[in-house]
Amino acid sequence: MTLDRYIALVFLLICLVYGYAAFFTMDQGLPPFMQRNPIWPSTFPKVLSVMGVLAGLTIVLGIEKSNHTAEVAEINYRKLTEYKLGQALMLLALMVIYAFALRPAGFLVSTTLFLVCGSAVLGERRWFLMCAVALVASGVVWYLVDVVLGIFMRPFPAFVM
Amino acid sequence: MLEGILIGLGTAFSITNILMVVGGCLIGTFIGMLPGLGPMSIISIMIPVAISIGDPSAALILLAGVYYGAIFGGSTSSILINAPGVASTVASSFDGYPLARAGKAGKALTVAAIASFAGGSIGAILLMVFAPALATVALLFHSAEYFALMVVGLSAIAAFAGSGQVGKALMMTILGLIMATVGEGALFNLPRFTMGIQDLQSGFGFITLAMAMFAMPEALFLVLDPGRSGGKDGKSSEIKELRITKSEAWSITPVIGRQSIQGFLIGVLPGAGATIASFLGYAVERNIARKDEQAEFGKGSIKGLAAPECANNAACTGSFVPLLTLGIPGSGTTAILLGALIALNVSPGPRLMVDNPSIFWAVIISMYIGNLILLILNLPLIPYIAKILAVPRNYLIPFILFFTLMGAYIGQNNATELLLLTGMGIVATILRFADYPLAPALIGFILGSMLEDNFSRSMQLYDGVAFIVERPMTLALLVLAVILVILPSYRARRARARAEGIADGD
Repeated sequence: MTLDRYIALVFLLICLVYGYAAFFTMDQGLPPFMQRNPIWPSTFPKVLSVMGVLAGLTIVLGIEKSNHTAEVAEINYRKLTEYKLGQALMLLALMVIYAFALRPAGFLVSTTLFLVCGSAVLGERRWFLMCAVALVASGVVWYLVDVVLGIFMRPFPAFVM
Repeated sequence: MLEGILIGLGTAFSITNILMVVGGCLIGTFIGMLPGLGPMSIISIMIPVAISIGDPSAALILLAGVYYGAIFGGSTSSILINAPGVASTVASSFDGYPLARAGKAGKALTVAAIASFAGGSIGAILLMVFAPALATVALLFHSAEYFALMVVGLSAIAAFAGSGQVGKALMMTILGLIMATVGEGALFNLPRFTMGIQDLQSGFGFITLAMAMFAMPEALFLVLDPGRSGGKDGKSSEIKELRITKSEAWSITPVIGRQSIQGFLIGVLPGAGATIASFLGYAVERNIARKDEQAEFGKGSIKGLAAPECANNAACTGSFVPLLTLGIPGSGTTAILLGALIALNVSPGPRLMVDNPSIFWAVIISMYIGNLILLILNLPLIPYIAKILAVPRNYLIPFILFFTLMGAYIGQNNATELLLLTGMGIVATILRFADYPLAPALIGFILGSMLEDNFSRSMQLYDGVAFIVERPMTLALLVLAVILVILPSYRARRARARAEGIADGD
């Protein structure tokens, strides 16, 4: 089975769970006056889950005759390890760390570190230039968003201010 | 009318007002490039500035400049780095980004600028001539028709259902619709499918989803495959072809003509707006294009870029019709403008044209000027904007990732959104490995809540599904949607049959 059929299988399972919720559990707490409506909060999800199951099945069972001329695939997932997978995973990890650090460490610190580490992961080694670019960029974006547009973003770590 | 135009021209062409529009365009363009800050947020931020000016005409001229600038800025980020920050520029990235990747970023931006200019200007002319008459037509549209219109908008997915891909495109659309049902709907006030998670109470954020589905997989692909961005030295492919050729200009002229009118008419309907206009513009142009041109759609077709850009701008202009003539804001942006107008002691409505003709005409003329100045300012800037892509990839990729994170964060001010973005970005990348089209999911998500709300409202009004047959316009629109979906696959089937040497009845 190829990747796209595995994905369709996962989608099918999601639709079944979603449909179960829509058909059986959702309407239990519905107040009586709403039950007299021709449309319930679960009506649209019910329709969607049925359609989703049908669409998922067509792909899982391979019903549709695919004459998709395999253009040179952008990335061949079977040879994923031949690509720079490590770099990609490290960048993703960096994004997660950024999400956790943004509030406590403040915008300027976390953004500068994110940008410097990001280019370092990609193989850049001109540290001075990297730090300068990252500092200027995070400063400019912070000034624009916080001072000019008035959307609050804590600039420094919580213990500083 | 001529007198009115002269009044408007007299107001708009003073030194201060021209400075206003230039400043507004620049501010709008540069802030609009940041994903997450669309026209709506930029205008609301500029309102205090505009009000402090005091003169309603000058304030409106400033806001019109900001508005058009922001629309163009939004298209820039969706063309250059595949990060559409506003729903109405999603369709521009379908063909704009492939063009930019082929090294034709300058050309793509030029096409976008010209198409938006034409759409906006033709829209303004239509607004001037037909505004009063159209206002009454817009009121004929009820929720049943809106529901049908959303279905027509969804038929844009047919554009992605290439050969053998119908099931996948359909599946992704349903995924988008399912995601749209998460959270609290406007009509029922019940949280649905939140799995008890507080942060999902208001549903998924549009920007988070757009960034996760478009910008992040693209950035990850660039990381995985360094050869993807062109040269070996880590630089993006060389930027060539900055200007459009004469034949290209001719080929997009009919597209612009059709889409200005269609986009304007969709924009007039309150609530339908620029997003539907851009998707529909893309779908219609793809369906009526010649066969060889049709194959180019999605791979960097100039027509495929011009259509949504033009329709988007024409629709934005069209949304002023109900605002100026009835006082009904048809979109979020016009609602904010309505607030600004009231703060300036102008109340839009049927009496505006009679009581305050100078303001009515100043608004219309300021739209022309906003468009024109934007074109004049941006055409020389385009080579420099396109150079963003020449930044070495070691710097460009962290910045793209940073901007996707920023877009999600500014919109929701919630760090959980960033985790959601990363998670969905990974899922979207895996979906792209398996050759699933992601655009239908986003279209489904954008239209999903509007579709459900209007469907529910008409169900309540008609106490059942009778509205489909009782309202001729609804039925006609639904039939149109079916035709839009079936036509491409019918054509493909016929072409295949022909290729195999089997004549099918002709």
